Amino acid sequence: MTQPLLEVHDLVMHFPVGGGMFSKPAGVVRAIDGVSFNIRKGETLGLVGESGCGKTTTGRCILQLERPTSGRIVFEGIDMVTLDAAELRAVRRRVQVIFQDPYSSLNPRMTVGQILEEPLKVHRLVRDKGERELRVRDLLVQVGLLPQHAGRYPHQLSGGQRQRVGIARALAMEPALIVCDEPVSALDVSIQAQIINLLEELQARLGLTYLFIAHDLSVVRHISDRVAVMYLGKIVELADRNALYEEPLHPYTRALLSAVPIPDPKIEAKRERTVLRGEVPSPLNPPTGCVFHPRCPIAVDRCSAEIPPLREIRPGHWVACHLA
Amino acid sequence: MAVTKETLETLTNTEPARPRWLQAAIDFTRKRPLGALGAVIILLMTLIAVTAHWLAPYDALATDYGAMLASPSSQHWLGTDAYGRDVMSRIIYGSQTALIVGLGASLIGGTLGALIGVASAYFGGRIDLIVERFMDVLISFPLIILALAVVAILGTGLTNVMLAIAIPMIPRCARVVRSSALAVREMPYVDAARAAGFRDSRIVLRHMLPNVMAPYLIMVTAFLGQAILLEASLSFLGLGVQEPVAAWGLMLRGAAVEFAETAPWMAIFPGVAISLAVFGFNLFGDSLRDALDPRLRTQ
Repeated sequence: MTQPLLEVHDLVMHFPVGGGMFSKPAGVVRAIDGVSFNIRKGETLGLVGESGCGKTTTGRCILQLERPTSGRIVFEGIDMVTLDAAELRAVRRRVQVIFQDPYSSLNPRMTVGQILEEPLKVHRLVRDKGERELRVRDLLVQVGLLPQHAGRYPHQLSGGQRQRVGIARALAMEPALIVCDEPVSALDVSIQAQIINLLEELQARLGLTYLFIAHDLSVVRHISDRVAVMYLGKIVELADRNALYEEPLHPYTRALLSAVPIPDPKIEAKRERTVLRGEVPSPLNPPTGCVFHPRCPIAVDRCSAEIPPLREIRPGHWVACHLA
Repeated sequence: MAVTKETLETLTNTEPARPRWLQAAIDFTRKRPLGALGAVIILLMTLIAVTAHWLAPYDALATDYGAMLASPSSQHWLGTDAYGRDVMSRIIYGSQTALIVGLGASLIGGTLGALIGVASAYFGGRIDLIVERFMDVLISFPLIILALAVVAILGTGLTNVMLAIAIPMIPRCARVVRSSALAVREMPYVDAARAAGFRDSRIVLRHMLPNVMAPYLIMVTAFLGQAILLEASLSFLGLGVQEPVAAWGLMLRGAAVEFAETAPWMAIFPGVAISLAVFGFNLFGDSLRDALDPRLRTQ
């Protein structure tokens, strides 16, 4: 098999809380606790989990917006964590991001044209000014906007249009990987479908690779090739989309999937739902053993004592559960 | 709905659209008449300063030993000083000094302060901590004491006075701008700029600074009045602008004290000019702050 585009090895991100200039921090939030996965070129890896499980932080670490506590992030064969500022600037262009909130992800003081032109200028992708303007028009058309939109300010556009500008900004840098951090969850359902279709179309045309972070399971199912499920800073299950949705092996994944309503009242009334009790434990003080054991419907004694490793139970289907 | 004559009339009789800036000025006047009064005083003062050359009846520096300490009359409306210089002309020319030092100090201090505040907020962590503690040290000195210390180091003169007033302004502006910049720093567009591999200087200057313009402008206008007062104080103490330049604080000094009883016009009129200017700038600055403060905007 060819080398994956992105390899994440044992990523750990702990945030210290409390403490002042001289005192030691009062504790650490274990936002990500040993996450490993890889993404092959041209595929879409969905990353799902409830809020606070560390999926966004994982994305931010890959973008190098946070320096991880430990672990390696190998992109195109280079470990990004070890790069210095100048080397990182060059690599960064190849990993881009689309944010959740289209209202705050565009600088309100810059026109759409300026937003799209800036990376072309800074990274010297297009040196000639006239050509840069052409490229900006081209980018706008690629994401389904009009060349006239270049002169507008973000507040003059609708949410869907802004999200398209956000996508165009990511494309401007000719990236290989785009981290999509809940790119549609702030949009109307009708606009969501348009943006998802646009992302798929761009992937097919430009050979892009996506890390698609979301909590909407049906959207992830639609767009992903493989899906990873996170819970409290750890990946609990990672498998091909169909395997994961049809035969979930981890009890948390099962509970998540059973929460998705089925648009047929007859089946919906008959089907059995796994309802989880309690709240997600605090990442300040995660449970011993398997982090899921206090809420797990099938937990045994072993689960509270021993941390289950992520094991490949079937080819390509990884689960972190003693009982799977 | 039938179109009646009345609706047609109301439709056609709409007022002609005013330019946006004019509408904004009218709204400001209606909501904050005191602020508008301040703005009028500032405009008048600026107008006087700009046209001083034509407006002043005499040369501000010309001495007339035949008319020393002359009381206000039709020749010298506001009297003359101990050297026979026309007080009104000196007040008119003094407005130039006041405006140059006031504007210069506020802009220099405000801009440097804003840069430090934004950079401090952007880099965060230890840098932020050290910069902020240093600003605390500067802020702990009263304005005039710090200004005096700077003059003691740099020496007197127009430029040095400007710097001496600008430096105490820096920490005050830095603190206010930093708090706004902390919010801007968490905006996804700043993350996007970082993810794009832009340099820190570009992110601070192009992406963060333009988004903290409101507190910056408020700080600069609010400080203008104080800067003018500070310049007058320094000049009065003999540590500011030096003779024979026309400056209001300077006019209150020396002979004006000596002859306060026989020639009170030498002190009264420059004093009124200082009060009026500071009054105008403070009224306008306060109203502008209230008008731009989003928490007060709904009231």
